[in-house]
Amino acid sequence: MAVVRGFAISALLWGGVGMLVGLLAAIQLAWPEVNWGPYLHFGRVRPVHTNAVIFGFTLGVVFAGTYYGIQRLCRVRMFSDTLSRINLWGWNAIIVAAAVSLLLGYSTSKEYAELEWPIDIAITVVWVVYAINVFGTLAKRREKSMYAAIWFWIATIITIAMLHLVNSAAWPVSWMKSYSAYSGVYDANIQWWYGHNAVGFLLTTPILGLMYYFLPRQVGQPIFSHRLSILHFWSLIFIYIWAGPHHLIYSPLPDWAQTFGVAFSVMLIFPSWGGMLNGLLTLRGAWHKVRTDPILKMFVVGLTFYGMSTFEGPMMALKTVNSLSHFTNWTIGHVHSGALGWVGFTCFATLYYMIPRLWHTKLYSTRLADVHFWVGTLGLVLYVTPMWVSGVTQGLMWRAMNPDGSLTYTFIETVAAIRTYDVLRALGGALFLSGVFVMAWNVWKTIAQGSVEIPEPQAGPSEGELAPVAGGR
Amino acid sequence: MGYDWHRPLEGKSLRFILLTTLAVMGGGLALVIPPFFLQGTVEPVPGVTPYSALEQEGRDLYIREGCNVCHSQQIRPLRSETSRYGDYSLAGESAYDRPFLFGSRRTGPDLARVGGRYPDSWHWIHFLDPQRLEPRSNMPNFAFLSERPLDLSLTRRRLEVQRKLGSPYTDVEIENAVEDAKRQMQAVVKRIRADGIEVSEAEAESEVIALIAYLQKLGRREGGV
Repeated sequence: MAVVRGFAISALLWGGVGMLVGLLAAIQLAWPEVNWGPYLHFGRVRPVHTNAVIFGFTLGVVFAGTYYGIQRLCRVRMFSDTLSRINLWGWNAIIVAAAVSLLLGYSTSKEYAELEWPIDIAITVVWVVYAINVFGTLAKRREKSMYAAIWFWIATIITIAMLHLVNSAAWPVSWMKSYSAYSGVYDANIQWWYGHNAVGFLLTTPILGLMYYFLPRQVGQPIFSHRLSILHFWSLIFIYIWAGPHHLIYSPLPDWAQTFGVAFSVMLIFPSWGGMLNGLLTLRGAWHKVRTDPILKMFVVGLTFYGMSTFEGPMMALKTVNSLSHFTNWTIGHVHSGALGWVGFTCFATLYYMIPRLWHTKLYSTRLADVHFWVGTLGLVLYVTPMWVSGVTQGLMWRAMNPDGSLTYTFIETVAAIRTYDVLRALGGALFLSGVFVMAWNVWKTIAQGSVEIPEPQAGPSEGELAPVAGGR
Repeated sequence: MGYDWHRPLEGKSLRFILLTTLAVMGGGLALVIPPFFLQGTVEPVPGVTPYSALEQEGRDLYIREGCNVCHSQQIRPLRSETSRYGDYSLAGESAYDRPFLFGSRRTGPDLARVGGRYPDSWHWIHFLDPQRLEPRSNMPNFAFLSERPLDLSLTRRRLEVQRKLGSPYTDVEIENAVEDAKRQMQAVVKRIRADGIEVSEAEAESEVIALIAYLQKLGRREGGV
């Protein structure tokens, strides 16, 4: 599958670029003199980082994983090879356009939806291509039952289409400039409805799909519970979409909407933990394998961080906690515990699983994968911890008052107070990134010793031993 | 609870896709549609006016440089916030903000009411070299904005599109957008020069002037603060 290979490589490439840009952004916060001229200052660099890691890296792995998994789960080739190729090249062209246009200053300002209208239209086209390709494959599948991983990918395709169309509505001013169709508080409402569910349906559901497919494959036994899959899938997708307003607590957004956001965020703990438990319990009786298998280690750390950040998120959505955490580094720390821990490691594990099989060989070095795991985990902890500490520090300093009711600290004192943590987080990010470089080397050597030549059978290997009925409860 | 009822669904892809759509539409509709009708009920805050031509140019520069990545424009109704930044933000105050710029992270301070807080000359110095005014600041240097001439070729079009979307500009305001912008620029430059700062002719027509004009508008209403 040339397209799966293409997405695997491009994802790794964008991961390296995106995280390198992230490291630059972290350094810029600690050392402002590292901001260069019009094109490389923090305001323009930060969206390049988020877009490259979310849309280039994560979605690249998701595309690769779905094209790989769906053909095997449906026992047919993809609906259309042409559509697959359009998906691969179209998507990567979009990411290039995104990186260039953001550095040139073309931005809508909406987080994770910064791209201007012509690129938004291109995204819509490629997304429809992807949807037709996946749904077409489902229609001609030769396996009667659709396995849980597919459900999560279906939810991703539908919801992202809806979010993207509604949030990107804008009126063009020129070729690369437009104004949002909505204004003020309502615009904020739409944007965070989108923003939160981009996390839900780009960084959660498709990654759960990867976990559902690749973790049981790697462990060699079926998913723990089919019943739990059903329960947490439907509740997760139903509840997630309501939680967006927790980004606008104490804003002028109507109170009822804020309350919906808080209540549904708290409810989200249950379906999220359902997914974590279903993943972790899939290792029942096979925990000894984790000791020697870096891919399983990554899945386990990924799921653990999924559980931690989906507990932390609802807590941060409580009004009392939010009044402290909002606008601080705590939010950035929270996002990265999910992004580096859950999304990052699950994506790495997926790539480590697929790449040797795509090039018909074995992984060049299991030991290097182990090094990647440990360096990455250390980097992750070193990133997230200073962010928590600095977030709480800044939140407390902002609200500190003297006995006479005046503010204790000036704003700049709160900036100076977190500088050390900014340095530490850059260090953590650098460690995490160096793990990715180790991976890139390992993948390079694996590809060099492998070959694309051996023709693949039309249908994938039997998935029978994985069919949920076989072992699920 | 058994799962036999779910089994047939797993074999029907179209039905599964439709049900998934329904499941995500619930919160989708509830959070998108009712607030849309609330838009009309947002109480207009007296004195809030649309941005002038120059201020709109400045706002678009603010977006181009990603200022919103580090600066929020949303004051929460908390004692510590109103003491630091002024009255909490009202819905009606951002009625002409397309897009909204509430922000999500305060790497720098909130700017919702920064207008009138510092003189134009302070902003001039601060954009050219933030550390000169505050050595501990981690704000990037935006000196390049004073080297790039402000492009006024789209000014009219900007106001036209904003009017199409709902901002109440008059025909005269749109007709005279460019002249208005130039006039307001001269006024800003005059104030900066009056504070003893040398501004060359090229700098007097640079982008940073529009950005200063925009910042000075933030949080200000006609007829007082």
